[in-house]
Amino acid sequence: MADTPLQVAGREEKAEPQITVAGVLVNGLKGAVSNVQDYAILCGRTLYAIVTPPFYIQDILQQMDSIGAGSLPIILLCGFFIGAVMVLQTGSQFTRFGQSSLTGDVVAIALVRELGPSLSGLLVTGRCATGIASELGSMLVTEQVDAMRAMGTDPIRKLVAPRTIATLLTLPLLTAMIDFTGLLGGCVASVFSLRLSAIEFWRRAIDALDFADIMQGFTKPIFFAFILATIGCYKGLTVRGGTQGVGRATTQAAVLSSVLIIVADAFLTKVALFLADKLF
Amino acid sequence: MPSAATSSSDANLAIKFDRVHLGFEEGDILRGVSFAVQERETLVLLGETGTGKTLSLKLAAGLLRPSEGNIQVLGRDISSMPERDLLAFRRQIGFVFQEGALFDSMTVGDNVAYRLLEDKMKDEEIEPRVREVLRFVELEHTIDLVPPELSGGMRRRVSIARALINQPPIVLYDSPTAGLDPVTSQTIITLILRLRDVYGVTALLATQRLQDGFALANFRFDAATKRVVHNTSNGTAAAADRIAATRFLVLREGGVYFEGEPEELAETKDEYLKRFLV
Repeated sequence: MADTPLQVAGREEKAEPQITVAGVLVNGLKGAVSNVQDYAILCGRTLYAIVTPPFYIQDILQQMDSIGAGSLPIILLCGFFIGAVMVLQTGSQFTRFGQSSLTGDVVAIALVRELGPSLSGLLVTGRCATGIASELGSMLVTEQVDAMRAMGTDPIRKLVAPRTIATLLTLPLLTAMIDFTGLLGGCVASVFSLRLSAIEFWRRAIDALDFADIMQGFTKPIFFAFILATIGCYKGLTVRGGTQGVGRATTQAAVLSSVLIIVADAFLTKVALFLADKLF
Repeated sequence: MPSAATSSSDANLAIKFDRVHLGFEEGDILRGVSFAVQERETLVLLGETGTGKTLSLKLAAGLLRPSEGNIQVLGRDISSMPERDLLAFRRQIGFVFQEGALFDSMTVGDNVAYRLLEDKMKDEEIEPRVREVLRFVELEHTIDLVPPELSGGMRRRVSIARALINQPPIVLYDSPTAGLDPVTSQTIITLILRLRDVYGVTALLATQRLQDGFALANFRFDAATKRVVHNTSNGTAAAADRIAATRFLVLREGGVYFEGEPEELAETKDEYLKRFLV
């Protein structure tokens, strides 16, 4: 019998579905394909929203402040110490061959081509992709996203596009900052640890870089920015399971964007080196 | 099972569900639901948790699409309408979400003004309208507060104000009194009565509380005395008196179990329906 007036007694029992290994694999594969499809649709709609009006300028500026200015302290701090560590690690090896003056070259090339873009991408992922996923996820579970749609606003334009534009605009600038502070950290470490002159370090660092390195270093953050912003938004807007789901989505956003950034980095490096060979 | 046929012509229908199915991975929630809501009428959706009351409201607002069947709102088929057209169309529908769904990062004033801000209306035009609807829900003093500073009942009232800002002809209420104390629930019901009897809005109200439905059927807001008074009639006679009719619809196991007048529900002999009356 039912315990309360609103409970139903005598409802037919549903047969438990049979679980097989093949069934689990097929369902897993279907789920993965469906996720890729949904993410691709989100990316397409985001790109369309980025280039067509209406634009939410106020939201873009707010997000630039949160993502760009908000990430600056960790970028500056990490950049400085990464540069210093690189000098300490490579300098000791170069000193064995009497080539400690090459340290500036190596640090500059490694930072500008590779470490600057990927580290800034990963640091901003840790700080912002998770933030975006949890913010949008919370909005979704409290029906704020539905409320937005119910009032005639497209959440892709209002929530996803401003975050993506803001990340696209700020990540290359943050990469420039991490490159600069990395070289500054390297310079300080060279002067105090390898007894190199600061002028010599900077001269060699700047001479070692050519246009192709700069192009590579500032093209990668554009792709990384798109990945981290859209993955954060996608995970936030597909939260299932209430507040517990928000926590899960936040973790998944951090892991997935970090992995995708590293995978994309490998392909982008290959393409950039190929283009540098052909064009410069 | 008892089922009252809709007598009026389709021309006066504000909302019409025609054999609507809605399914998820877990299975079908709605299986061939059909009902209609006349203009200025209030249809109270009753049912246990998980019978699809909220989903029916979201379908009526075009926030979800039916897997089968079609839904007409204000004479337009919204089941196949593209999302871009739906965004514009939804401005004719007010939606009061269960927990309010207010934007936490905005003040109460900005929440209420949201639609007007989206329409790029001038600030000097927005403020008087926001104050007017906040005065209607008796919360004008909260205009500069943010939603986390409000109580549960106040959040629902702000949500009603937000739904009202552009005077939509249809308002959808999702369990507007759920989890509230009796006094606050009464305040919310009074607001819904005022909206219905002063502005003449058509309403679809999902609830588990039968007393809310009977309050809407048995009382009306008298604009002259500004008081809630006993409703002497319902249905056809009420329509003639420009007092909106209230009907009930009970959802059970994916279908419509009962549709009819308050009196039919009150006098039912059906064992399942009697459980709602206890």
